[in-house]
Amino acid sequence: MKFDQLDMTLLQAIADIKNLPQGALNIRRDGQAVLRQSSPNISITTNPENGGLIVDIKAGTKNETVHVPVILTQSGFKDKVYNKFIVGEDADVTIIAGCGIHNDSHADSSHDGIHEVIVKKGARMKYIEKHYGEGSGKGKRILNPTTIIRVESGATAEMEMSQIKGVDDTLRSTVAYIKEKGNLKVVERLLTHDSQIAESDIEVHIEGGGGVAQILSRSVAQDNSTQVFKAALYGENECSGHVECDAIIMDGAKIRAVPQLVAENAEAILTHEAAIGKIAGEQLIKLMSLGLSEQEAINTILEGFLR
Amino acid sequence: MLKLENITMAVNDNNGENREIIHGISMEFQPGKLYAVTGPNGGGKTSIAKLIMGIYKHNCGSIYLNDEDISDLNVSERARKGIAYAFQQPPRFKGLRVSDLLQIACPGIDNISLRASLRDVGLCPEDYLDRDVGPGLSGGEIKRVEIAQVLGRDASVSIFDEPEAGVDLWTIQKLIGIIISKFKGNDDLTAIIITHNENVLHICDEIIVVEDGLIKAKGTPEEIWPLIREDVECKMKEQCRGEIVYEI
Repeated sequence: MKFDQLDMTLLQAIADIKNLPQGALNIRRDGQAVLRQSSPNISITTNPENGGLIVDIKAGTKNETVHVPVILTQSGFKDKVYNKFIVGEDADVTIIAGCGIHNDSHADSSHDGIHEVIVKKGARMKYIEKHYGEGSGKGKRILNPTTIIRVESGATAEMEMSQIKGVDDTLRSTVAYIKEKGNLKVVERLLTHDSQIAESDIEVHIEGGGGVAQILSRSVAQDNSTQVFKAALYGENECSGHVECDAIIMDGAKIRAVPQLVAENAEAILTHEAAIGKIAGEQLIKLMSLGLSEQEAINTILEGFLR
Repeated sequence: MLKLENITMAVNDNNGENREIIHGISMEFQPGKLYAVTGPNGGGKTSIAKLIMGIYKHNCGSIYLNDEDISDLNVSERARKGIAYAFQQPPRFKGLRVSDLLQIACPGIDNISLRASLRDVGLCPEDYLDRDVGPGLSGGEIKRVEIAQVLGRDASVSIFDEPEAGVDLWTIQKLIGIIISKFKGNDDLTAIIITHNENVLHICDEIIVVEDGLIKAKGTPEEIWPLIREDVECKMKEQCRGEIVYEI
């Protein structure tokens, strides 16, 4: 399978792919799987029920990575996919997902990716998902990811979800269920600019005793963009959880942060912090005193903040 | 040479009224010399440093660097001209690492020099290079990272604003050694240290006492120290009567 320059630009932006990686891989372009390879421990097959992927990672698989990026290059294309990931017991793997849209047309392009992730007993999983849009058309670049994750007893999952830039409209939905001594960390990084709209709705249920959850959001809203961040943490057993929302607001942007804590057990310890503010003047001055221009200082602060 | 000529600065006070806090001061800082600026809190020492760096704007007068009037240059431009300033209370950054700030401060610095710059201020590079300059670092650690940035810049004029504040005694002694070896007798560099530390005052070539926005005295440590000591005793008596607090 050959990929042109446009494909590679998108793949590099969302999955750091410069050369096609070894190991399990599925690249979906404009609604079709254009390259698929399984590894001895990770099988990628088509789900006969919905045409999506089933990524099945064998129990005990260690230090392997599976790439499942999606790219849209056809103008005005609307894509929807259901993928299921099963991380076997005691496995330790990284899943690299993400979607990049190039749209030069006046028709909207969109991708709705619905992912169900099951992290089995004792397994460790890192899930990285980046979203990116580009193109000169007036058509919107729309990404609506839905992720449902089940962290089984003693399992650990870390999810890094980033919207780099260029996504006009997004509604992100993440729902998690954590069993006994399961541990979930969700890190979301979001950049919106121009008149973009982004809403992120995260709901985490800590069902099992000793469960731990952290939801960390860092976002930057520029120009006239709008962001809504909702994070609800349900402590349904003896557990601990923390929600942190930190946002930089610029220009004429609007941000709404709604952290919600629901304790349904007297032994649940749930906390939240939320801060929205502009870039601190003293940070700008400090970087300018090292020789950076004001714009370079702003870029450096934002780059670090969203790293 | 850095020269301040008849500099006046006013600020808006809490009542919204314009209040002059620096009153027409003139100073010269020669290359190859180490200067201490001392005096009571609120006397104008940090304001002078920030005027030199361009963080504050003066109302009257001019600032010259090597005979060039830099009065209208902004902070970045003055930094590129060769002025460096170690903040008294450096800001914290979420997501920026110690190594990031050092690389911005010293573009093109190699890995060996980067590590050495941290060791110079008593920080182990392995433990600090990848750490965020954020809430995870103590005030003293951030201060040392700040000093490392200015030392690494090799600027023609380096200003250190109370480098001893929040830094342990062992590190202060080490810093004094580094400042002596880097600046003493180096004909290309000027160092200005705002300080209340007796050991730092004694290593400088010249001490300038600033009080109430005016230069009260200047001279060698031998000339100035007895004057400061008397003043401190006087201020201590005032403090006992509940008047002005003079910390040194």
